[in-house]
Amino acid sequence: MLEIALIASIKVIIVIVVVLTGCAWSTWLERKVLGRLQHRIGPSFAGPYGLLQPVADGLKLMFKEDIVPASVEKTMWTIAPIISFIPALLPFAVVPFGIDSTLFGHEVKFVISDLNIGVLFVFAVTSLGVYGIVLAGWSSGSKYSLLGGIRSSAQMISYEIGYGLSIIGVVLVANTLSLREIVEMQGSDSIWFFSNWMIWQQPLGFLLFVTCAFAETNRCPFDMPECESELVAGYHTEYSSMRFAMFFVGEYANMLGVASVAATLFFGGWQGPFLDTAPWLAVVWFVAKVFVFMLGYIWLRATFPRFRYDQLMAFGWKVLLPLALLNAMVTSLLVTLGWL
Amino acid sequence: MNEIAQAFINTLFKMPKGLYVTFKHIFKKPVTLDYPHEKRTMPPRYRGLHYLERYDDGTERCVCCGLCAAACPADAIYMEPTETENGERQAKVYEINLIRCIYCGFCEEACPEEAIFLGHEYEFSSDDRDSFIYAKEQLLVPQTRTDNPFKRILRRTRRAHLTAGSGK
Repeated sequence: MLEIALIASIKVIIVIVVVLTGCAWSTWLERKVLGRLQHRIGPSFAGPYGLLQPVADGLKLMFKEDIVPASVEKTMWTIAPIISFIPALLPFAVVPFGIDSTLFGHEVKFVISDLNIGVLFVFAVTSLGVYGIVLAGWSSGSKYSLLGGIRSSAQMISYEIGYGLSIIGVVLVANTLSLREIVEMQGSDSIWFFSNWMIWQQPLGFLLFVTCAFAETNRCPFDMPECESELVAGYHTEYSSMRFAMFFVGEYANMLGVASVAATLFFGGWQGPFLDTAPWLAVVWFVAKVFVFMLGYIWLRATFPRFRYDQLMAFGWKVLLPLALLNAMVTSLLVTLGWL
Repeated sequence: MNEIAQAFINTLFKMPKGLYVTFKHIFKKPVTLDYPHEKRTMPPRYRGLHYLERYDDGTERCVCCGLCAAACPADAIYMEPTETENGERQAKVYEINLIRCIYCGFCEEACPEEAIFLGHEYEFSSDDRDSFIYAKEQLLVPQTRTDNPFKRILRRTRRAHLTAGSGK
């Protein structure tokens, strides 16, 4: 019993440290890649290639004054960043990141918790993050924050349905809700290691999932709640210091979480070539896939302008929802007929 | 239905096109510089911080005639004359207020002795307003300084021009 608890807590600590470090250096990656896309250099001052920039940013945020505006609803205002930060970390609890193996004489599963309803869990907790944003917007007592919060809730309602329906196809094909089993069924022994990836069976589902994921993580082109040009910074206008940092890290953790789930559901998670000779490569493949998704986030941010508010709602209700329904319908038909 | 068709067209054709446009730019050279570590070479006629020129034997060219101060549209130059042991006129006090100065280069043009020039230096910011009043000692070029070749050419052409003008 003690051994299980010990292994679990070590896994939790490692995953949290890796995710938070990943968040920090995602900001560096974003600034650097975005800079290159815009003919700039990006951060270059702190350390070689600006690699210590996240450390400098963190220190700066820690030493900043923690301003509490007079108009805020203190309790809600204090817990809002926490509400938006914690759910961003939770999806990593069920995402498998490697092959189960024996390390130091112990059986170690490379997943914190192999939940049999992993997919449901991920979608439940990632949707909770929006409460943090809405509460932050409401409790700030500032018009910009309030508008950001309202936008966020409206956006969430428009997208969450499409988001949930887009993975129905995957679940139907895989016939399971466990992320571990979904990953295992995407493996392939042939030289075409990617032949069993879910994206070949669910291309439309993948497109819908990615689109909704961008809206879910409040990223460009769906970053309506932040919207620097209209809403100053939206829901976190009134936040400073580490409270702001929590929103910021939460956003990046959310991106990493959604990227991991996308890699797991559609790109075979840790599956990849040469796994029978070197099982540790599984972790490398998984990280590589998440990294590619992060690059995609940045690339799209550099390319597409922000949606207008009404366009976004229309897109969610009139395009994504019918398409997601269609995808679920066609997939269930094909599964019933035994073609998938 | 129309919107769905439009969304498909956008996703399959228009969005990849836009993504390709931005992707091409990754491989282009950045137009910005890694500033404190690498600096732009200023164009030769750039007008930065002033400096007071010397003769080749090290004596100051400035005779404190006051023409630069008279030409200065911002009234940034202040000077007081004095006399050296060999009876030559020289500036005792020569101050330029760099906050007032608009870097127009009129002082450079007005100077009959080719003593004042606007150099290429532009990094002289400070927290303290008083420190922007540069005294003669700060403006004079050090004696061992190797001359700015462009300024030397400029001086030579000016001298040639002046002699040609006086010859008429």
